[in-house]
Amino acid sequence: MTTRLFGQKITRREDPRLLTGHGRYVDDVSGTAIAAAFVRSPHAHADILDIDVTGALDVTGVIAVWTHEDLPGQAAERLPMLIPHPSIVAPHTGYALAKDHVNFVGEPIVMVIAENRYIAEDAANRIEVEYSFREAVVGVEASREGTRIVHEGMEDNVAAHIVQDVGDVDAGLEGAPHVLELDLEFERSACMPMEGKGVVARWDPGEESLEVHSSTQTSTGLRAVLAAKLEIPLTRVEVITPDVGGAFGVKINHPWPEELAVACAARALETTVKWTEDRREHFISSAHERAQTQWVKVGFDDEGRILGLDVKFWHDNGAYLPYGVIVPLNTSTHIMGPYVIPTFRVEYWSLYTNTVMVTPYRGAGRAHAVFMMERTMDAIAAELGLDRTEVRLRNFVRDFPHPMGLRMQDGAEGCIDSGDFVTSMDKLKSIVGWDEFETYREQARSEGRRVGIGLACYIESTGAGPYEGGHIEVESSGRVNVWTGLTTHGQAHATVFAQIVADELGVPLETVHVKTGDTRKLPYSVGTWGSRGAVMAGNALHLTAKKVRQKALRIAGESLEADPEDLEIDEGMIQVKGDPSASMPLAAVSVLSNPLRYAFDESARAATQFAKDSAEDEPSIGPGEQPGLEEQEFFSPLRSTVANGMHAAIVETDPETADIRILRYCVVHDCGPMVNPLVVEGQVHGGVAQGVGGALYEKMAYDADGQLLNASFMDFLMPFASEVPHVETDHLETPSPLNPLGIKGAGEAGTIPAATAIASALEDAEGIPIRSMPLDPSTLWHMRTNHAAGELNRSR
Amino acid sequence: MTEDIDTEPTSNIRLAVNGTLYELEVPDRKLLSDVLRQDLELTGTHVGCEHGVCGACTVQLDGEPVRSCLMFAVTAQGHEITTVEGIGDDPENPSDVQQAFIDCHGLQCGFCTPGFVTTIDAYIDENPNPTAEEAREAVSGNLCRCTGYQNIVSAVCRAAELRAEGASQ
Repeated sequence: MTTRLFGQKITRREDPRLLTGHGRYVDDVSGTAIAAAFVRSPHAHADILDIDVTGALDVTGVIAVWTHEDLPGQAAERLPMLIPHPSIVAPHTGYALAKDHVNFVGEPIVMVIAENRYIAEDAANRIEVEYSFREAVVGVEASREGTRIVHEGMEDNVAAHIVQDVGDVDAGLEGAPHVLELDLEFERSACMPMEGKGVVARWDPGEESLEVHSSTQTSTGLRAVLAAKLEIPLTRVEVITPDVGGAFGVKINHPWPEELAVACAARALETTVKWTEDRREHFISSAHERAQTQWVKVGFDDEGRILGLDVKFWHDNGAYLPYGVIVPLNTSTHIMGPYVIPTFRVEYWSLYTNTVMVTPYRGAGRAHAVFMMERTMDAIAAELGLDRTEVRLRNFVRDFPHPMGLRMQDGAEGCIDSGDFVTSMDKLKSIVGWDEFETYREQARSEGRRVGIGLACYIESTGAGPYEGGHIEVESSGRVNVWTGLTTHGQAHATVFAQIVADELGVPLETVHVKTGDTRKLPYSVGTWGSRGAVMAGNALHLTAKKVRQKALRIAGESLEADPEDLEIDEGMIQVKGDPSASMPLAAVSVLSNPLRYAFDESARAATQFAKDSAEDEPSIGPGEQPGLEEQEFFSPLRSTVANGMHAAIVETDPETADIRILRYCVVHDCGPMVNPLVVEGQVHGGVAQGVGGALYEKMAYDADGQLLNASFMDFLMPFASEVPHVETDHLETPSPLNPLGIKGAGEAGTIPAATAIASALEDAEGIPIRSMPLDPSTLWHMRTNHAAGELNRSR
Repeated sequence: MTEDIDTEPTSNIRLAVNGTLYELEVPDRKLLSDVLRQDLELTGTHVGCEHGVCGACTVQLDGEPVRSCLMFAVTAQGHEITTVEGIGDDPENPSDVQQAFIDCHGLQCGFCTPGFVTTIDAYIDENPNPTAEEAREAVSGNLCRCTGYQNIVSAVCRAAELRAEGASQ
């Protein structure tokens, strides 16, 4: 009997192709296509008075130069507000090419199309734009003050405002024996995938149709918006997501201005047009994440049990809000974490600034929530003189499901459906050696070294709806083709989805071939974001494979004259259970599933009209049946399933230079049953590395005029191998009751608590309250000086 | 801003890539990375930053890893260039370094990977038996945003093992 593939550490099926130069990323598509380059605003806030393109027109090889005036119809209107939410009071989105105003450095103003990118950039450099300057609004503080306004016609910079509460927090705080307040800050970072964005748009003048390759996280979303903006029938637009060189959230927004402008140009010029983002463009014109200013007031009893939690935060959403309030909304709905919080109130303001807009980055606001809750937990422990793990244990949710009382990003009520936080904490303490740390600290101290240990717990709502689908077809050769609509950017979908399908169909893994993100085969999908790929498409494909299996057994049953209930599939052979002599290959069932007039090969003869001994007095395809061993099915969950985990870090700080090193990093992770532990661990490693970047290195350095001063890999410090610690992992697999496979998402888990766990460890090492991340050695060195002078207290 | 940009200077060059000698006419300013990708259609070499930091575009020049985005194609004449396709272009028969990446789950999106493969391929000739620490140091000039490097470090050690096995057979 075939071993179940679900749960096996299977090496990836996409690897040989990607390793030998056979990957096909968007810039590898149509290498000779004409190329677009963009003139971008060098100013953060200005009115456009005039655009002089004549210099560009003189350049040999230039094909077209477009400003906003050249955009047709709906394409000239504002880009869509993709995710409306009742908290949004002032929705502002940009244009494909700026109209009259620019609101951040990097905003596209003119598109130049030329024979190649070199020439397009030559020409773009010759275009002169005349501006009238306005003062820029940079940072939460300037935006909150509201003396300068980003968008004309607004009285302040508030894009969105909301209060959500659970119980009476004022009463909860009033009755609390202890109350603490914390002021916290989180800086900007960005996804920074190794491949930037890109689009290749091919217009077929004969068909009047558009085929787009984009490095998008949602091919169906991009297809719908391009059809609407270009005002052409949906059926004449197809979007294909080829191999994608990482995304981490930044490629979910759509359409990017360039995607729309390039598609319009392809139609107007009746050809193929390509744009590949360069690194500087990615820094100044894609999206960032993470900047928030936070205030927490917590009331608790003598045992450290929380009685009330009151939170306010101010979220810098940059110049525009096309992706709505998903980031601050996720922050607000994840603050309570794995804890029972009897009374809770969260109020947030999402604020416009003259900077690159903010859309989700791995974790999508949840890292900010963890920062608030876990810094608070450490503050409670310090106040009461308790062990930090003990305070958490006393507040953990212990009964599941645990309704949260808040409405989540999917519109449904939040609920922690599964988990075992006490066991997870035991595991974490065990692998990091929590109880033995004081001995280690003393030993280090005797050697003149300063070390600290910290931890952070988190929950993550994953696998949000509305739905995903699967489409499976068994060819008459026995080859199993699998499609799902969501896109792939490193998550091993070609492997893990093949495992799920091969298990259900009883076929060898090698016969299963997975394709993702292609609207030509599966036009119904939502996209890849929010740790939803395995939960949503995994379950959809599991259900689809079940349907294919049922159909195969029915057809085989007729042929083998057996009850389908008595049949099984093993290694691609359908047989009567316990009697391998009565069997037929799945490939043969595929042949029989499609009644034929024409025998295209030897195997096809079996399905032709004279193959049966005698005529049958019934139609070849029965009522409600379809030809082919092929099915489609969708999975739509009641609500998001909530994954969880805990991280611990041990850090060392140099007593003289304040240099920071992470000595150990431990993860306990519960994403339910793992389809492929190799892949889950890889996701965790990568997530932690991004968390380490966000904790110690990465920061978008804007000056007061809105210039991004570190828009290159030389100045924006992403961790190399030398900066990322070895990650020690352990897993707990509590199944979710919300989907057939019981799985919970894992994609973002590594990133969410990392900066907070490191902050906790640094605070422990230094004895100085850490209220702001990232933290670099220079800042820490100054904090030591200020702390010694009595300017920083343990808590406010 | 008044000079005409009518024709840009080009040169006829002979480029030795993966054991094949190509004769090409290329603009003088065209980067080696762009010529490899666009003129020779060797799209395994990827461009991640265009300023020499990330290492995705790393190729071997006479066996030494170099950033192909920091070099004009015309200056690569007279040198032997090896791209990831030159290391191994058959998915059914990957090289030792490529196999090590498969064994260790050393890649996710795969965009930075060719730069790591060319770098490590040269490194394990130099140091056939690296410790984990040396392996980490060896790849610390290349950026990866997916893997957290842990499995890449393992892949360096695994590749060294495979090369030693290959040499002893």
